[in-house]
Amino acid sequence: MTAEVAVLGAGMHPWGKWGRGFVEYGVKAARAALADAGVDWRDVGSIVGADTVRGGYPGYVAGATFAKALGWQGARVASVYAACASGAQAINTARAQILAGLADVVLVVGADAAPKGFFRPAGGDRPDDPDWLRFRVLGATNPTYFGLYARRRMAVHGDTPEDFAQVKVKNAAMGALNPNARYRKRVTAEEVAASAVVADPLRLLDICATSDGGAALVLSSMEFARRHGAAEPVRIRAVSTVTPRYPNTVLDLPDIATDSAVGAEPAGEPFRASIARAAYEEAGIGPEDLSLAEVYDLSTALELEWYEDLGLCGEGEAAKLLREGVTAPGGRIPVNPSGGLASFGEAVPAQAIAQVCEVTWQLRGQAGDRQIPDARVAVTANQGLFGHGSAVVAVR
Amino acid sequence: MVTGWFVGDGDDFRLLGTRCSACGSVFFPREDTHCRNPGCRGGDLEEVPLSRRGRVWSYTDSRYRPPSPYVTDPELPWEPYALIAVELESERIVVLGQAVPGVTVADLTVGMEVEVVPGVLDEDAETTWTTWRWRPTGVA
Repeated sequence: MTAEVAVLGAGMHPWGKWGRGFVEYGVKAARAALADAGVDWRDVGSIVGADTVRGGYPGYVAGATFAKALGWQGARVASVYAACASGAQAINTARAQILAGLADVVLVVGADAAPKGFFRPAGGDRPDDPDWLRFRVLGATNPTYFGLYARRRMAVHGDTPEDFAQVKVKNAAMGALNPNARYRKRVTAEEVAASAVVADPLRLLDICATSDGGAALVLSSMEFARRHGAAEPVRIRAVSTVTPRYPNTVLDLPDIATDSAVGAEPAGEPFRASIARAAYEEAGIGPEDLSLAEVYDLSTALELEWYEDLGLCGEGEAAKLLREGVTAPGGRIPVNPSGGLASFGEAVPAQAIAQVCEVTWQLRGQAGDRQIPDARVAVTANQGLFGHGSAVVAVR
Repeated sequence: MVTGWFVGDGDDFRLLGTRCSACGSVFFPREDTHCRNPGCRGGDLEEVPLSRRGRVWSYTDSRYRPPSPYVTDPELPWEPYALIAVELESERIVVLGQAVPGVTVADLTVGMEVEVVPGVLDEDAETTWTTWRWRPTGVA
């Protein structure tokens, strides 16, 4: 078990399609997090930005971009890119600096202005990029992979499209209560079933949208938190950033094929489950200790997958867990009380940070109408393209 | 489409991968620089044809036109195609590919046997870009 860091502040720019630049979203979120922490920007020793590649060249240097916008003040700076796991890696970078004694207080920022429609690879002829190849050779968009996973669950575990729709119904009901969510309207199973098929068996309302948005955290050493008057802050106890183990035998975005299991036996634990296990081991907790979870519901069916990977139930039992209301508010382990990506949409570098913002508010008892009573331990889970794990354990 | 990913015509059509001479790991798309098995001391990578037939691991389709670099004619109405992930038993690998034209998700089930056949991804006046396709066995 490693030492803990304190979450002094959390802030967001609401998700939506605002049509403005990612810097604006990030600065708004950063200022909100600093205000929440009661920390002056000039007293921040380090800033870590989660990169966006969609802002062009400036997006690759997110840390300095946000630092300049907030006003140069000489802080240590870093920028990280790990696709959907960028936010978790930014948090991890900040944590490592704090635990190493390089900085007392660190600002972590992620923000994006997402394009309309499907995500697509950067331009040019780039056959050395697996992301470019899957589009060029197969036209395999992100939703087609979600469709493959959903169909596989139906064939192996007996899940139904109605089960998938219930995930959307659950998350939309929570998102309706969240002022930072893009979609703030309840959705019925009939509405999901009436929406257009995108990638069989998944429909438009089974798949998360792309959005603009920003999220930020102020992290500090426990000693700084005490001096700062935060005697019992929310603490980050673990950050998992693991890679898969060879051979990775579940077809993963953006690959055209799995690893072959001829030369080495598979570990028996799929990649997503290994992300969660690493976080649990580092935190010294297990799934039975959780009060809530925020997971990456890129599709409704994928949220069910996470129930099993997080150890909330056995393999194949996720739909049963959902039907029994275990993962709904009032259940034993509510999942995505923020409303999830179903309600937010993807703002890639911000989302893993936004998950930690939500659990911070939940653990502090500040989540308003969507508050999970007496929340003590929370996990966030996510996965970045090209083999980036991402999970955070936070406690109160 | 991409050099050295497949070879042959008709019944002789095969996907091409590489195989590590030390540990036997198979790679598709081909890995030509080094074996990626972390427990392998590394051996020569030899080109190998993959099995012609496998079983459907999962499948889906693309009801909306994919963005570039997928090449389609925006003047023509979008025709959805199915995508099939196929498990090859002897290589213990799952390979994604488009279904042959005319095969839809309604024609497919997980576990069904399919075979690899040549296909045309795109063509213009100068070039025909060929590819591989999966076709349920017993379908002409």
